[in-house]
Amino acid sequence: MILARLLSLESWKRGLWTIVRLVLIIGLSFVILYPIIQKISTAIKDKADLYSPIVVFIPEHFTLDNFKQAISIMDYWETLANTFVLSSMTTIMTAASCAFAGYAFARLKFKGSNLLFAGVILTILVPPTTILIPIYMNLKDFTLLGVIPLLTGGKSLNLLNSYWPFILTSLTANSLKAGLYIFIFRQFFRGIPKEVEEAAYIDGAGVGSTFLRIMLPNAIPSIVTVLLFSFVWQWNDSFFTTTYLTSSKVMSTQLSSLPYNLQILLEGGATTNKDPFFMSMVQDTGILLAILPLVILYLFVQRYFVESIERTGIVG
Amino acid sequence: MKTITKLVFRSRTYNEQKALWGFLYVLPWLLGFLFFFFIPLLTSLQYSLSSIKANANGMTMKYIGFANYIEALTVNTSFNRILTESVVNMVVNVPLIVIFSLFLAVLLNQKFVGRALARSIFFLPVILASGVIATLEASSLVQAINEQNANGGVFSSGTIELANIMLRSGVNEDIVLYLMDAVQRIYQIVSQSGVQILIFLAGIQTISPQLYEASKIEGATGYEAFWKITFPMVSPLILVNVIYTIIDSFSRNNMTTLIKETGFTTFNFGLSSAMAWIYFLVIMIILLVSAYFISKRVFYQE
Repeated sequence: MILARLLSLESWKRGLWTIVRLVLIIGLSFVILYPIIQKISTAIKDKADLYSPIVVFIPEHFTLDNFKQAISIMDYWETLANTFVLSSMTTIMTAASCAFAGYAFARLKFKGSNLLFAGVILTILVPPTTILIPIYMNLKDFTLLGVIPLLTGGKSLNLLNSYWPFILTSLTANSLKAGLYIFIFRQFFRGIPKEVEEAAYIDGAGVGSTFLRIMLPNAIPSIVTVLLFSFVWQWNDSFFTTTYLTSSKVMSTQLSSLPYNLQILLEGGATTNKDPFFMSMVQDTGILLAILPLVILYLFVQRYFVESIERTGIVG
Repeated sequence: MKTITKLVFRSRTYNEQKALWGFLYVLPWLLGFLFFFFIPLLTSLQYSLSSIKANANGMTMKYIGFANYIEALTVNTSFNRILTESVVNMVVNVPLIVIFSLFLAVLLNQKFVGRALARSIFFLPVILASGVIATLEASSLVQAINEQNANGGVFSSGTIELANIMLRSGVNEDIVLYLMDAVQRIYQIVSQSGVQILIFLAGIQTISPQLYEASKIEGATGYEAFWKITFPMVSPLILVNVIYTIIDSFSRNNMTTLIKETGFTTFNFGLSSAMAWIYFLVIMIILLVSAYFISKRVFYQE
C-alpha cells in the first residue's frame, strides 16, 4: 500500500520532469533556430510585407528579389568557390600537420618535448591580436630570414592578398586555433593503448609506418573532429581573413563589406531603393547565403560531429 | 651514402630512433611556432616599447620605454572603458556559460524522444557563431522591427514578474539582477556554449554506469547522484571549459577591434602593441586566478 503510493509519487515526479525537460529543450531550440527562421522569412519577403503588422514569419508577397540582389552584390558564386577552396585547403593541411605534431607530443618523447608542448599551450593562450601586427609586417615584406632577397636581388615578397599566409601557417600547424587541434590529437593518441604500437614495432614496422598505418586509422574520430572544426572556423573567420586578404573575394570579407557595398548600390540606384530597411533585408539575405552552405554541410555531418567528439578524448 | 645512413640508424636504440622521429614530426610546427608566433611575439613587445615612424626607406624605431603603455592607460579615450567592459563581460559570462552548458549536457545525456534532433540543434551555434555575422546582426534593422512587432515587451514584463517573485521570497537582489540579465542575453549564452556542451557531454559519458547503479541501489535521488557523482567527475572539465570560454571570447570582442583599428587605420603600431600586451596580461591574470581557485576544488580520480 505504502509502496504503491511511493511508486506513484515517483512516477509523478518523473512525469513532471519530462514535461519540464520538454519545455526547456523546445524553448531553447526555438531560441537557437529563431534567427535562422527569421532570416529565411526575411529573405523571401517582399518589401511591402516589411511594415505589415500581419506578417510575422510567412510573407504575404513572396519574392526572390532579395536573393538576386544579395547574390549580385556579393558576387556569390565566385565567393562561394573561393571560400570553399581556401577552407578545404587550410583544413587538410592543418589537420595533417597537427596530427604529426600531436602524435609526436603524445608518443615520441624527446629531450625538450615537454618544453615545446608548453609552447603549444602558449599559442592557445596568447590572443591573436597581440601578434597580428608583426605577422602582418612580416608577410608584407616576406624575406624568409633573408633568403628571398638573395634570390631576387634585394626585393622581398609581398604575401598579402594571396593564399600564401594561409598555406604557410597551416602547413606549419600554426593557423587559426591550431594549438587546440594539436592538443586534441595529443590527448587522443595518449588514449590509444601502448600495446598496439609495440606490436607494430615488433612486427618490424618503423615509426612512420606505425603512425600512418596503425595509429591514424584508429584516430578517425579525432581527425573528423579536427577537420570539421577547422573547416567551419576557417569559413567563419573574419579576423585573419580580413587582415590577410583585403581584396580577395571570400565569404567573410564579402560579408564585412556588405553594408558598405549596399550603401554604394543605394547611392546610385533607383530612389525607391533608398530605404534602410530594404538595405537591412538584403543584408540579412546575404548572411543567410553565407551560412547556408555550412548549414547544409552540417545536416549531412552532424551525426559524426556529435558522435566523434564523444570519442576524441578531449576529456582525457 | 646509403650504408652510412643505415649505420647511423642501426646504431641507435629504439628510443633514440623514436626521439629522432618525434623531433622530425614536431619540426614543421616548431618552424611555424618560431616564424609565426615566437618572433612576432617578441617583435610585438619591442614595438610596444618604441615609437615607430614610417618614412621613405621603411620604418624607424626608437626606444621610448613605457610611454605607449602610459598613453594607452591615461591618454587614449576608449581603451580603459573597453578594457573594463570586456573584462566585466568575461567575468559575468564565463560562469553563466559554464553552468548553463553543464546543465544542458546533463539534460542532453538523458534518454528522451528526439534526443538526436535536440543535440544537433544545440550544436548548431558552433557552426554559425562568427564575428562578422554577430556584428552585422547587431546592426540589423529588420531584426529590430521584428522584435518590436513580435514580442512587444511581453518578454520583459514576464521577467519582471519573475524578478518580483524572487525578490519577495528573499533572494539577494544582486543574484536576481544577474539572473535577469542572463535571461535577457539567453541567445548570446546559448550561441557561445556549443563546444562547452560537447566537452561536458563527452566527460559525462566516460563516467562508468556502475557508479550510478550503485548509488541508485543505495537510494540516492537523481539530484544527489548529480552532486555526488556527475559533478565531481566532470569538475576537471570545468577548468578546461573556463579556459576555453575565455579564449573563445578573443574572436569577438570590442578590445580586439580597438587594437586592430589602432594598428591598421591610424597606423599607431606602438600604441596598438602596448594595448595588446596590456590586454594579454590582464587575461593571463584572470586565467591564473581562476585556474588556481578551480584546481583547488577539482576532484581527480587518481
